[in-house]
Amino acid sequence: MTHRSDRSLSVAGLARVEGEGAMHIRVDDGEVTDVRLEIYEPPRFFEALLRGRGYTEAPDITARVCGICPVAYQLSACRAIEDACGVTVDGTLADLRRLLYCGEWIESHALHIYLLHAPDFLGYDGAVELARDHRSIVERGLAIKKAGNELLTVLGGRAIHPVNVRVGGFYRAPSPAELAALVPALRRALDDALSTVEWVARFEYPDFHHDHELLALVEPDRYAIESGTPATDRGLSFAVRDFEAHIVEEQVPHSTALHASLAGRGRYLTGPLARYALSQHLLSPLARQAAGAAGLDVDCRNPFRSIVVRAVELVYAVEEALRLIDAYRPPQLAAVAVPPRAGVGYGATEAPRGTLFHRYALAADGTITSARIVPPTAQNQASIEHDLRALVGQRLHLDDHRLTHECEQAIRNYDPCISCATHFLTLSVERSHR
Amino acid sequence: MRIVVIGVGNSYRTDDGVGPAVVELLERRNVEGVVLARSLGEATELIDRWTGADLAILVDAVLADPAHPGRVHRLVVHRPPAERGRAASSHGMDLGEAVELARVLDRLPGELVLYAVEVDRVGYGEGLTPAVAQAAERLAENIAAEVAARTPLTVP
Repeated sequence: MTHRSDRSLSVAGLARVEGEGAMHIRVDDGEVTDVRLEIYEPPRFFEALLRGRGYTEAPDITARVCGICPVAYQLSACRAIEDACGVTVDGTLADLRRLLYCGEWIESHALHIYLLHAPDFLGYDGAVELARDHRSIVERGLAIKKAGNELLTVLGGRAIHPVNVRVGGFYRAPSPAELAALVPALRRALDDALSTVEWVARFEYPDFHHDHELLALVEPDRYAIESGTPATDRGLSFAVRDFEAHIVEEQVPHSTALHASLAGRGRYLTGPLARYALSQHLLSPLARQAAGAAGLDVDCRNPFRSIVVRAVELVYAVEEALRLIDAYRPPQLAAVAVPPRAGVGYGATEAPRGTLFHRYALAADGTITSARIVPPTAQNQASIEHDLRALVGQRLHLDDHRLTHECEQAIRNYDPCISCATHFLTLSVERSHR
Repeated sequence: MRIVVIGVGNSYRTDDGVGPAVVELLERRNVEGVVLARSLGEATELIDRWTGADLAILVDAVLADPAHPGRVHRLVVHRPPAERGRAASSHGMDLGEAVELARVLDRLPGELVLYAVEVDRVGYGEGLTPAVAQAAERLAENIAAEVAARTPLTVP
């Protein structure tokens, strides 16, 4: 006897991205025999589009890969191009980049925590239903997000797809007064971020743990955001330029997306859980204290608790923004000169959802001859599938509706990127009994 | 009267870029008395853009089946719509949810007009397909006229 049930859970009327994220789960005799997730569309088009373009165009073009983390794309691109040209951007300009990146972390984390992930834990279908019952909480989330947006607007020229970032630095450096004007909103955001940690710490978390190797950029003296060296929690460390030697991507039959793994080691995870595991000792005292009060272990392996880690990172990003603004002295020049030369350059930064790697090859006149982008959602895909397989195996007693919801929640643990990944999740469960 | 026109979409996804294309046409026309904006459609961004506006005009791409690429639907949001099907998105919120969230938070504009343009292709690539490009031209003209009719004449 075979019982088969297929359901299609989505299709919103308004087009945003092509393709559908799909999840297929096969259960035979009470055993999960297959889990396939197709949530990620690799930005191959952008890699092709970049060939033949000028080296200074890469930051703006790649920013369009994602609506939520354009700064990550811009700064990974800048670092790679500058590496190819043999130029290092440091001092005040590097601080301004970190400040800009803090704005993106604040905005992205606030959005994900409040509007996308929290409703799952509180039993709401979505942010609208959450807002109906808890208006002031949602308004608090939007206020935090707005503080991040304002930082992006002042530093980046506008909130979405900043136009002020360029290879070598910025088109225009902000005045101290412009940045000082952001301080009151950021101080409020700091209080709100601390309240956010307390709020999410009270959620109920499924008892679920993974054993993925964790990969993030690390820096010797601070929590890595806009630069750093790739490292894992099991002792592997390598230079950014060796990224492609250590991260291998392979075609899997069920997906157009490539599955990333660590060469000779297997699947791994990037993102807030990985950053926290590798660098939590470098968080500010206030952020560490908030994490401790929220009951976060030094090594958090429950992916559902990633929302708590995001909230802790929110505290850190706001504090870091305030610190950078306080220390700000305008640079002599808004950008350093980056004359083109033939070569290959590598860049990696910590996007809100994980490590984002770029590689460009340039001709002598700066024309891009090849480009490679490895975004965090692609790297996490194999680990997400692994989580789903384990999760479903433990929850086969649930009806399909409930099971689907828990799987969606598990996918949201990894905050997949809006246009790097696709919008719609279609689930089909095949249950067969022989 | 505060009027904002928001073109929703991604110009690197062919016809999905019809919203930003209409905004670009309006920029070239130097339409006065209106704030022009582009958006990828993220809900809180839309809400920020239209909060405080007397009239918000959104232009977005829509996939229809069967499709009539270039056909434009004009929808006016003024009261709670009938119960709608919820899109099971793994992340993100769609325009309908943005409207509902804004309603709950008292942040809807005085009037919200949505021009939904039926599109043909939304794969990777730049540029609009011919029928959609024509629709964008007509729509920009209509919106310019609509804005002009609503804006009081200024005497120099």
